[in-house]
Amino acid sequence: MSGKHIIEISYLDKYFGDFHVLKNINLSVAAGEKIVICGPSGSGKSTLIRCINHLERHDGGDIIVDGVPLDDKVKNIDHIRSEVGMVFQQFNLFPHMTVLENCTLAPVWVKGIPRSEADALALQYLERVRIPDQADKYPGQLSGGQQQRVAIARSLCMQPRIMLFDEPTSALDPEMIKEVLEVMVDLAEQGMTMLCVTHEMGFARRVADRVIFMDEGEIIEENTPTAFFDNPQNERTKLFLSQIIGD
Amino acid sequence: MVAAFIGLVWWLVDNTVANLASQNVATGFGFLGNNTGFDINQKLIAYDETSSYQRLLLVGLLNTAIVSVLGILFATLIGFMVGLASLSDNWLVSKLAFIYVEIFRNLPLLIQILFWYVLLIEILPHPKKSFGLWEVFFLNNRGLYLPWFTTLPGGGYLLSVIGLFGAGCFYVARKARNMRELNGQTKAYVRNYILIGVICLGGYLSLWGVPFEANLPALKGFNFRGGLSFTPEFVALLVALSLYTSSFIAEIVRAGVLSVSKGQFEAAKALGLPSSVTMNKVIIPQALRVIIPPLTSQYLNLTKNSSLAAAIAYPELVSVFAGTALNQTGQAVEIIFITMSIYLFLSLLTSFLMNTYNARVALVEK
Repeated sequence: MSGKHIIEISYLDKYFGDFHVLKNINLSVAAGEKIVICGPSGSGKSTLIRCINHLERHDGGDIIVDGVPLDDKVKNIDHIRSEVGMVFQQFNLFPHMTVLENCTLAPVWVKGIPRSEADALALQYLERVRIPDQADKYPGQLSGGQQQRVAIARSLCMQPRIMLFDEPTSALDPEMIKEVLEVMVDLAEQGMTMLCVTHEMGFARRVADRVIFMDEGEIIEENTPTAFFDNPQNERTKLFLSQIIGD
Repeated sequence: MVAAFIGLVWWLVDNTVANLASQNVATGFGFLGNNTGFDINQKLIAYDETSSYQRLLLVGLLNTAIVSVLGILFATLIGFMVGLASLSDNWLVSKLAFIYVEIFRNLPLLIQILFWYVLLIEILPHPKKSFGLWEVFFLNNRGLYLPWFTTLPGGGYLLSVIGLFGAGCFYVARKARNMRELNGQTKAYVRNYILIGVICLGGYLSLWGVPFEANLPALKGFNFRGGLSFTPEFVALLVALSLYTSSFIAEIVRAGVLSVSKGQFEAAKALGLPSSVTMNKVIIPQALRVIIPPLTSQYLNLTKNSSLAAAIAYPELVSVFAGTALNQTGQAVEIIFITMSIYLFLSLLTSFLMNTYNARVALVEK
């Protein structure tokens, strides 16, 4: 594969006990590419992106991120985690720290940048996710949508080249989904490489370069959003799309 | 209702006093000034057979205090280590921690105290055949003997100088932290700590010289004299209390860390935080609010459990005061009242300190 791919996944296998969650996955992502991954629950889509920053250890195959192979070497894992940001379904903000402290913890302790610079950087990103005025509040004082935007800002403060989103809007009330998606669209427009597990089909159509459909641990179909939604090839894809669109 | 209760209490007190008087039992706390007429083998302050019961009470209290404070210290250290070890990814480490906990929390404490005591006095040799190391450390069935020092004039200032050194280190540590936050400097300030140490030590030596002389244990007659000695009773009690309580603390720490949601670990990992920072900044602060209240109970238990030492004749409060002193004076009501009051006071003091600490670490969320 050529060097322009920022993520190269080849022949990836992953088991949970006897359960084969990921079966021989091959996927290459170019720098700046936006990929939306969808599929029924239990299809392995979250596990796939969690393997990319080694929250899950893969059992077979190779993952190469930005030229660095993901193996058990702590140095490699640390390097890859510094390049890859992640946003979780449940936000996972640190509840005992203010919004600002959440955003500066990693820059100060991982990169060793001065507190004042980290503060300035954090405020800049909080502005980008449109909540600069909440910096001194605790996560518990914010709405779900605001918390998720803080979580995005927290990841951005490490200035990653790749962002992973694991169902970022699934835990949100409907009226808050839009504000989070807007931030994600902004991010996409600024050229971030993004892998996003989501069922927000509007977002996929608008932003994605490619949509990947997974079922039972395999990539069943991948295509441009227009082709994927308007002309699905596989029976399982058709069934899935008919279920989420709800005809 | 209230009147009936007061009436009942009054009747009980009146009845007791009347009965004691009719049997010619002296009441009141006058006995505290009398001579005890017996010596004890571990005393942190001056005491001999001509000392008063008041003095004896203080000696017993100090013996209870020293074993409790040291026990709490060791139990906490071991407990945190074992608790964190039980969460280790390493199979062997977590299983060993599990076995440790199950052994020490499931055997009755009294048995454990007797076990360590019997082990010490049965396995260890007589004084004449002591285990020795470099002719200054000795271990035998009468105790553990370490080299110590005697203070000469000027020696008393050592504590203040150590305090000064501590304050200096604290200042440097805070300054280092501020610098780190201000401009991201990560270099250690070991140099500064050494500098402070040299200044303190140099100043002290130039002012007072070396106001200490070595006090080495030496065999005289049937046993060792001099040096710093620990009786087998003290060692057995301290070991038993520390290990027993640490097994409970280990479980409390484990529960506390597990109470923090998995997402917190994952978020920290995804940000690339090293595991030490994850523990110190993210997990422990959240775990402490779950850990502190039951930890306080364990501290109280340890303090009160130290009274089981009466079984091996460690001269703590219950053993010498509620035991020997009560037998000698017959002042049961007063002595039990004093003893209970002291335990109550110690427990309330511990609770107060821990609650204050708890309020400081309590999770601020809103």
